[in-house]
Amino acid sequence: MLRRTFLGMLGTACVGASIPGVASASKEFTGHPGSNGVLFDATRCIGCRKCEEACNKVNDLPVPDKKYDDLTVLDTKRRTDAKTLTVVNKYKADKGPLFRKSQCNHCLEPACASACFVKAFKKLPNGAVVYDESVCVGCRYCMVACPFSIPAYEYDEPLTPRVMKCTMCAPRLAEGKLPGCVESCPKEALVYGERDELIKIARKRIERNPDRYVDHLYGEKEMGGTSWLYLSGVPFTEIGMREDLGTKSAPELTAGALASVPMVAGLWPVLLGGIYAISKRKDKVANEEKKEAVANAIAKASEQAEKTLSEALSKADVANKRQIEVEVKKAVEDALTPKEEESDENSEGES
Amino acid sequence: MSNPGNPGSKSNLTAFNVIAGAIIVMGLVITVLRFTKGLGAVTNLDDNNPWGLWIGFDLLCGVALAAGGYTTSAACYIFGLKRFHSAVRPAILTAFLGYALVVFALQYDLGRPWRLPYPIFVQQGTTSLLFEVGLCVMLYLTVLFIEFTPAMFEWLGMKKIRSVVVKLTLALTIFGVVLSTLHQSSLGALYTIAPSKLHPLWYSTYLPVFFFVSSIAAGLSMVIFEGTLSHKKLHRMMDEEYLKHHDGVVLGFGKAASLVLFGYFAIKMIGLAYANNWHYLTSGYGLWFMVEMLGFVALPCFLYAVGVREKNLGLIKKAAIITVLGIVLNRFNVSLVAFNYHLPSSERYFPTMMEIGISVFVVTLGVVIFRFITTRMPIFHEHPDYKGEH
Repeated sequence: MLRRTFLGMLGTACVGASIPGVASASKEFTGHPGSNGVLFDATRCIGCRKCEEACNKVNDLPVPDKKYDDLTVLDTKRRTDAKTLTVVNKYKADKGPLFRKSQCNHCLEPACASACFVKAFKKLPNGAVVYDESVCVGCRYCMVACPFSIPAYEYDEPLTPRVMKCTMCAPRLAEGKLPGCVESCPKEALVYGERDELIKIARKRIERNPDRYVDHLYGEKEMGGTSWLYLSGVPFTEIGMREDLGTKSAPELTAGALASVPMVAGLWPVLLGGIYAISKRKDKVANEEKKEAVANAIAKASEQAEKTLSEALSKADVANKRQIEVEVKKAVEDALTPKEEESDENSEGES
Repeated sequence: MSNPGNPGSKSNLTAFNVIAGAIIVMGLVITVLRFTKGLGAVTNLDDNNPWGLWIGFDLLCGVALAAGGYTTSAACYIFGLKRFHSAVRPAILTAFLGYALVVFALQYDLGRPWRLPYPIFVQQGTTSLLFEVGLCVMLYLTVLFIEFTPAMFEWLGMKKIRSVVVKLTLALTIFGVVLSTLHQSSLGALYTIAPSKLHPLWYSTYLPVFFFVSSIAAGLSMVIFEGTLSHKKLHRMMDEEYLKHHDGVVLGFGKAASLVLFGYFAIKMIGLAYANNWHYLTSGYGLWFMVEMLGFVALPCFLYAVGVREKNLGLIKKAAIITVLGIVLNRFNVSLVAFNYHLPSSERYFPTMMEIGISVFVVTLGVVIFRFITTRMPIFHEHPDYKGEH
């Protein structure tokens, strides 16, 4: 193998290895290179519900009771649910009604994918966020995590409920077709394309018609960026979109908590072991001190006792000796007394 | 007093058994409904409110209130407070049952419960805090089971294997504290991913720390609270050793709980200051926040302190009940009350009677099993063969 080929392969391997690390929060991730998205222009949407109809059809969802040309449906606020992966809502504005389509925004760093504990969600390199029902446990943490409140759940399925959400028509994209909603839009309110290109198009529209648009491309930065982008003529809160989500991606929000896990796992045993060792040693020292104190007390007591004893003994000894001496003296004296007279006689001669 | 270790020979038709029996039958009926008609038929859960009472109470409160296991065993075996030894077994048993029931109750809430092992054995979603919770709870449940087995082996007279397990005590305790720290905090960290849905007064990047520290207070208070209940109902099972130390345990744990609550109050205030959320205190949610913080954190902290100072066991027990209620209130606030605060009231969640029914059913099961075990195995008393072996 040529060295150059080898290095090239190594480089590819490195890039390949880094791409799945979408959820890594340590580096800023700005989307898979060349990934696609959809640009929605609220100033062009007329609320015809053609996109809803197409979505229903291409995803083989159950047909609703009210027909898609029944626009009274728009009078009540709706959200995506298990049978409706996209909805158009109507908002009152000064210049007449405004419409906004909602569906999965296909975040660059999806909250659902980061929250899922079986990795049932995946951000594909083409931009779509897809769901794999074959591993889903049904905990619904993805629904808690999604800042756009998009994933829905089949609550009426007793044993095989699925999470339902827009897939950006990933199966159709794989066949080279457009997403169902984009294809059906009669007003070109939806444009499918490379996300970077869409951002340029959107910027151009704002530049050319500064009166028509607010200077904000929703989804460019929100929650770390989304593949679905929005243009509007009024502030986004007026068409039911939250502008307080911030630009931090979901993985960034949980990165701190996750990062502290290995620290706790690594340091706690040391800390707890240390506390145990200290408390054990304290016990040991206390025990030893107790023993020593007892031993000392005993030693002192016995020493004293010995001392008293020996004193008593020596006193007794002295007394005894004296007595003996006295006795001996006495005996000697006694013995000598009768002989004194004799000795008196003898002594003279001796001395 | 009868010999500890002999279950009372009374009729089975006591008031307790009748009520417990009725609740269990009700629970079984709802169980059938849940698994034949689906979550939609028995709960008020919807697409905006995917987590309800079964997560807010059964999971969050269940885990927090089972924290007595790790706090008591840590106090006794790691911090060397041997005078708490008599409280360890009841606390370990409650924790084990608590966690087992948390996992049991989770089966109702999960869409496909038989796939619960998937995150660990099939595909690991390591970026998820829920993965961490699942892994730690699984491991900790195993640790708690092993920690509980000596009582079982004593009951069954299996001396050899018991002595092996007893030798593992310190390692198990340390492992248990590590796992508890991790999953108690991760339950709070679950919500760090949704700052847009949780009211700022309850949302904090410190949520994991808040959950962990409050779980210590919850664990200590539950040991006091349960001890009081058991004292009334299971007095005949307690030996002199347990009874002699009981008051000491209450005083010691009361003192610890007072300190922990004080620290918890302090870090909650730091969280408030760090996010500069003071201005929310004047809103309705702010009032509710202050009810929680003053009535269910500061008040029991103070009552505990007074109770310990005056050696007033009654007051300490009251403080324990308030703390337990406060933990339940806090978990409800995070998971239900302050969650989805931005939605109009028509889109908010309130549990159905059947959801409440299952939660009551699960708690009842716990009490029944606890009674079954404590009236048979050496929990509140030492087994005569192993007396004084600490």
